[in-house]
Order: sequence, then structure tokens, then C-alpha cells
Amino acid sequence: MIENFDLSLVNWSRGQFALTAIYHWLFVPLTLGLSFILAFMETLYVRTGDEMWKKITKFWMTLFGINFAIGVATGIILEFEFGTNWSNYSWFVGDIFGAPLAVEGILAFFLESTFVAVMFFGWNKVSKKFHLASTWLVAIGANLSALWILVANAWMENPVGMVFNPDTARNEMSSFRDVVLNPVAVDKFLHTVTSGFVLASVFVIGISSWFLIRKREELLARKSILVAGIFGLVSGLMVALTGDTSARTIAKVQPVKFAAMEALYDGSTDAGLTVISALRDSGERLGEKKVHEKKLKIEIPGLLSIMTTGQQGGYVPGLKDLINGNPDKGILSVSEMIERGRYARQVLTDYKVAKELGDNDSMATLAAKFEDKDFTDNYFRYFGYSYFEHPWQVIPSVPVIFYAFRVMVGLGFFFIVLFIIAVWFHRRETLEKNRWFLWLALFSIPLAYLASELGWIVTEMGRQPWIIQNLMPVHVAVSNISAGAVQTTFWLFAVLFTALLIAEVSIMVRQIRIGPKH
Amino acid sequence: MTMIISHAFLQSYWWLIISLLAGLLVFLLFVQGGQSFIFSLPRNDMQRKMIVNSLGRKWEFTFTTLVTFGGAFFASFPLFYATSFGGAYWVWMAILFSFIIQAVAYEYRSKPGNVFGTGVFDTFLFLNGCLGPFLLGVAVATFFTGSDFTLDLFNRVQWGSGWHGLEALINPVNLLLGLAVLFLARVLGLMYLENSIDDDELMASIRKSLVRNAIPFLVFFLAFVAAILIGKGYRADAVTGEVSLVKYHYLHNLTGNIFTMILFLCGVVLVLVSLWLAIFRGSRRAIWYGGFGTVPVVMSLFFLAGYGETSFYPSSADLDSSLTLAKASSSLFTLKTMMYVSFIIPFVVAYIWYAWSSINRERITGEEMSGEGHSY
Repeated sequence: MIENFDLSLVNWSRGQFALTAIYHWLFVPLTLGLSFILAFMETLYVRTGDEMWKKITKFWMTLFGINFAIGVATGIILEFEFGTNWSNYSWFVGDIFGAPLAVEGILAFFLESTFVAVMFFGWNKVSKKFHLASTWLVAIGANLSALWILVANAWMENPVGMVFNPDTARNEMSSFRDVVLNPVAVDKFLHTVTSGFVLASVFVIGISSWFLIRKREELLARKSILVAGIFGLVSGLMVALTGDTSARTIAKVQPVKFAAMEALYDGSTDAGLTVISALRDSGERLGEKKVHEKKLKIEIPGLLSIMTTGQQGGYVPGLKDLINGNPDKGILSVSEMIERGRYARQVLTDYKVAKELGDNDSMATLAAKFEDKDFTDNYFRYFGYSYFEHPWQVIPSVPVIFYAFRVMVGLGFFFIVLFIIAVWFHRRETLEKNRWFLWLALFSIPLAYLASELGWIVTEMGRQPWIIQNLMPVHVAVSNISAGAVQTTFWLFAVLFTALLIAEVSIMVRQIRIGPKH
Repeated sequence: MTMIISHAFLQSYWWLIISLLAGLLVFLLFVQGGQSFIFSLPRNDMQRKMIVNSLGRKWEFTFTTLVTFGGAFFASFPLFYATSFGGAYWVWMAILFSFIIQAVAYEYRSKPGNVFGTGVFDTFLFLNGCLGPFLLGVAVATFFTGSDFTLDLFNRVQWGSGWHGLEALINPVNLLLGLAVLFLARVLGLMYLENSIDDDELMASIRKSLVRNAIPFLVFFLAFVAAILIGKGYRADAVTGEVSLVKYHYLHNLTGNIFTMILFLCGVVLVLVSLWLAIFRGSRRAIWYGGFGTVPVVMSLFFLAGYGETSFYPSSADLDSSLTLAKASSSLFTLKTMMYVSFIIPFVVAYIWYAWSSINRERITGEEMSGEGHSY
């Protein structure tokens, strides 16, 4: 069945969406975090009347503006690519997925775009308080927009609050509350925005450190490091906390992704948490996929079981359990899910044919199945599996996810230490004396971007091959266009984004070199 | 209340919101229209800077309205989103590209370290200014002229033409609306610049350009309206949903709905008044008449396309595949939920108005541009 789909088209479409998302995410986290840092700094200016805080705010605001524009440009493409490249997906779930996008536009984008103009151009045109309110509203608007798009994204990983309508052959929303309060959405929103705050804090501390290394703008640099250090530390701790709850949720709703994150092939009641390890081909195969073994591993025995299940000796299923099934633990094999999914799809096809033929008796009988709890819980929930030929096709790339996850988590803890040291040195007034720290902070900027991108790689590659968990595989969602067309736009986007990134970095670097005196 | 909020009512309600967003979007295309003059209107760099800064303070509104327009379409009529965007791939990609290059151009054009030079980013603004309104106009014209697609049993789209939407460019009626929107955006852009900049020499250039752009706008707009009103329209049977081509269908829609007729006529009169004020009276407030005339005119065109037993996104290849509001819409639950969200729109409009007035209280001058404030 899978060979009926043009995999070259699927891969180019995935590539184009990934390219856009990766570029978009180079700019968004800085906007999310820096907007709040600006708001804190301007609040200090308004409360103290100290012109230095105004100067500091305006300097960081210039950098914010350079970054903001390109984030907006790449963001619009993502929204439209759902339609242009994933039209089958757009119809299948547009009833649910489109709503958060529309809310994002109405509630968040207008807030952000309206007040960003006041923030940049209103210094001498509106009162101090109105300007400050505008800066806060930009921060709130930016983060609200993140909320809605992440609600939509979370729904794709844990589809809730909907029912399937056989007449329209699509899923329809039955509870907006369930969609918004989806546990994956809550974890994802908190984890993602706080990681943006961390990135922005590392950015501010890194640039400020450069000023201290060059013995320039020392007061601005020290004050900026204090604000970003405190904000970053609080945010970093939140990232760690929400990362933990997020992993627990993934273990429940996306167990294959979780097993891949841990490269856990054999389920265990005493699963250890692998801190770091090298993966090697064990020679064994799970279908056509390699089984990896861990070499040189540092592991904390039993901790994964405790963290995942909340109890010592809790069972954590491995990829072999999840693919081949484990009746003792109540885990269905993927082969069985494929069979059940095919049955559900056949029922839907029969219904559509009966409708075309005007066979009302058959329609009534078949429609009743979609109301039947046994059918929806035990068959229709595996609908998406019907598009696979082999169980191993639902396994994502284990090494990519395993390593990406560990580098991301390691860097997250590194940033917490960095913030603690920054605040500590500031308090002791020894920032300038510790030049090693200043260089470390400067070179941590690219690491923050790396960690942020890796987070999305874990999320998005980890849920492959699904575009909607268990309901729709990626290859079914793609638009019916030629691979050549997507290939062309892929390269156009690649060239354009790269050119704009070069321009952005060049302008940003020059603006930093000029400093706040400009 | 329960009786009123039926699925059909909500479909009509959301078409109204989509129409309103479309009207506001076309009004806000004055930013693009103004950009299309970036090389021809200013006599020196300072005048160009004033033009760019005047428009640059508003570009985000247009951009956001476009994004919200897309988001609202996705949420309320997802089958249209899937069919049009997934089928007419190249038209939408061309529109997207023209808007991507705009977003960065303002911020980067005059910044030190700009590796590509100001000229490249000004060219981006010019391209967006011309292509954006024109292509949006062509895309919307297909609501009346039809597109080459079929839908299968599971509503998956198959586009007939290998040009994937670009074939719309060879239909003269589509071109008429594309050109009408382009010249309307240019006229509104000139009116906006007249309203927001304080420079006598520039004002003289703007007034000359107004006449040269108002005439083609009127010609293309009237030709488009005439073409659709006297031509065949895509009628959808209220009971069976069967779509057929019917002569004078859009004319019947216009004359059969007094509200649409009033909206259309009021809008046209306001736009004409704005042209008269700008050209013959030298008024600097014509943009408000032009803008508030544009919104109802565009809304009434959308009403013609969507209301009154009409297919709003017809298929010229297979009439049965044509989309009606009922066929393309989201579920009752989603539309109802979204309706509650839409109640916030007046509040959004109010704060946009307040913030806009705060920033535009004083006109842009050369002195301000030479100052230390944030500028493009």
C-alpha cells in the first residue's frame, strides 16, 4: 500500500517543511525571551527614571527588531504550507487544527503587530506608561501566539477532543477545552516558551560579555547580565521541570517516541536512565530496522522506571514490546493494529460507496459503527495504521532522537550553571576579572540555538511516521502535486532563507559592534 | 437563540467574517500600493525615506490581516484551504514569496552591515507592492471564474492543469480583477502618503500620480464587475447542492439581496468621493473615504460569490466538485466555538485604532527622519 504513494514527493515536502520550521525557529525563541527582557528593562526605566535603563532597553530593542522581522517572514510560510503541501491533512483535521491558528491570528498576532509599532516608533509620541504597556503587550502577544500554534502542534501528537464524521470523512472538534488543555499542549507550551527565555538570556549574557571583554559599555553589560541571569535561571529551572513532565506525558501518549529517545528495545521493570552512551549496530533487526546496543554507557539503574511510572519497578516498554506486542503487559502488536485499522478503513469506504449509491440501509448500518464504542476504541483508533505494510515502518530514527535528546538536556543543565555563575559573579562584582566566563558565555550563544533546534528535532522526528499520532501517517497527508514542484520551491526557500539569514547575522553583528551609542 | 444558531447560520456568519477580513486586507494593501511607487515617486533619498517610513509603520497590519485571513479560512472552510492551497500551488507560492521578501525589507534596507545593499531591499518592496495585490486579485477572481480541479470520494484534490494555479493568469476576467486591485492599492497608497507625510514637493508628485492611477483602476474595476454580472455564474441548488452555470447569476445575487446591493453602492460611492476629494479638492483625508469605501465593496463581492445559492469556489472541470459554504465548512461545534472567539474582533479593531492614531498624530517630516529615533 505504501508504494502507491510518491515517496519522493513526501520526502521533499517534509524537507521543505523542516527547512522552513528550522529557519523559523532560529528567530522565534529570541523574540519570545527578549520581548520579556525588554519589558523588564523598560519597567526598571519607568520605575527608577534612570536614563541608563532607557538606553539599555533601546539597544536591545534594536536587536529585537532585526530578529523579529525575519521571524514574521518565515512564520507566514508555515501556516500556508499546511495547505499547499499537506492538503489531505488540512481537510482531514482542519476542523480542529485550523481553530487555534485562527485564534492565534485574532488574539495574538494583532496584539503583537499593533504594539510593536508603538514600541519602536512611540518613544516620543506616547506617554512613558503607554509605551511600557506596549512593550509588555508585545511580549504577551508573542508568547500568546506561541501558545496557540503549540496547542495545534500538541494536538497532532495527542489528538483529543474530537469525533470522526463518516459523512465528511474527517475528524471534527467535540471539545475546545480538551484541545486547549491537552496535557501535551500544556507541557509543550511551558517547555517551549521557557526554553525561548533561556536562549534569549544566554544571548543577552553572551553579547554583554563581549562588551566586557572589549572593555566597552560596561555598565550596560553588567546591568543586562543581571536581568538576563535572573530571568534565565528561573526559566532554566522551569525548562528542567517542564521537560520532566513532558517526558512522562510522551511515555504515555507516544510510547514509541519515548522508547526511541531512550534507545530502549527491551522493556523492563527496572529500566535505567542512560545519561550518555554510544549506540552501535547490534546486528539484530526489528523488521528492516537496526537494533542498537549501548556502549560506554553511564546509566542510573532503575531511575527511568521511577521517573516514567512514578514507582519503583514500574514497567517501561521497549521498542520490541511496542512493535511485536506484549500480551502480558496488555500491549497490542503493530500487526494487529494494522489489521484493525484496515477493517476501520474498509468500513469507511463501504459507507462512502453506500452513500454514493444511495443505499440507505447499508449507510445506516455502517454509520452506527462509528457511534459504537467498541468500534471506535478498538478499531477506528488504529485507522492510521491501515496505511502501513510492515510493523517496523512505525519506528522512527533511533540514533538521531537518542543523541539529539541527550545533547539538548545536557546543554539545558549547562545553561542553568551558566546563569548561576553569571548572577554570582555579578553579585561579587567580579565579572570582568573572570574572562574565562565571559568567553564561555559568548560561545554559549550558538549552543543555545543548537539546544533549541535539537528540541524540535526530538519532537518532530520522534513522532515519525505520523503527522497525527495513530490517525494519519505523513505520506497520506501530502498534497497531490509533483515532486518537481516541491523540489523547486524547496531550493527557492533554501536560497532565500540563507540569504536573509546572512543579512540578518551581518546586520546584527554590525549593530552590536556599533553599540548603544548609535 | 438555539434556533438561530444553526449550522447554515454559522456558515453564513463565518463567510461574513471572511468577507470583512478580505475587505480590510484590500484596504490595508495601501502599504503595497505605496511600495510600488518607491522608485517612481520620490525625487531624492529623503523623500524615499519618508515614504518607506510612513508605510513601514503599517506593513505589519497588512501582513497580520493576511495571516488571519488565511487562518480564518482554514478554521471555517478547511476544504477550501485544502483544495485551493494544495491545488493552485504556484499562485499561492508566488504570493507567499512576495510577502516574505517584504517582511525583512523594511527593517534591513538602511541598517549598517546590510550585505545586499539598500537597492535590493527596495526592489523587494517594489516587487511585493506590484505582485502582492495583483496575484491576490487574480486568486480571488477564480471565485467567480472557476478553477481546474476535481475532488474524489474522500475530498482529496486533483488539479487538472500542470500549471497548478498559474493558468488563472490567462483568463482575462481574472486579470481584470488583478489589475483593479493593483491600481486600487496604488491609489490608496498615494492617498495614505498624502495623509501621513509633510513635504510639499512630494505632495505635488502624489497628486499627479493619483489621476494616472485612478483612471485604470476605474476602467479595470468596472470591466470586471460588468464581466461577472452579465456573464454566467455558478449556481448551487439549495436542496440538492447540484452546481450549474447560469447566465446573470451574480447579477441576480446582487439585485436579489438588498443588503449586498446597498453595501456595494455605498462602497462605490465612498471610493468615488475619495477620488474626487483627493484629485479635485486636494484633501489629505481622502484615504479614510477610500479605505472605508473599499471594505464594503470587497465584502459585497464576496457576498456575491458565497451567498444566494452560489458555489464560492467553483470547479470549471467538474461542477460536482465545486465548493459551497455548506460543503466546505467546519463542523457546527467548531464554527460555534470560533464565533465566540470572533466577538473579540471589535476590541481588536478598537486598540488598533487607538495605537494607529497615537503613532500618526503628527505627519512625518524630513526633520524627524534626520533624528535619532528608530527609522527604516
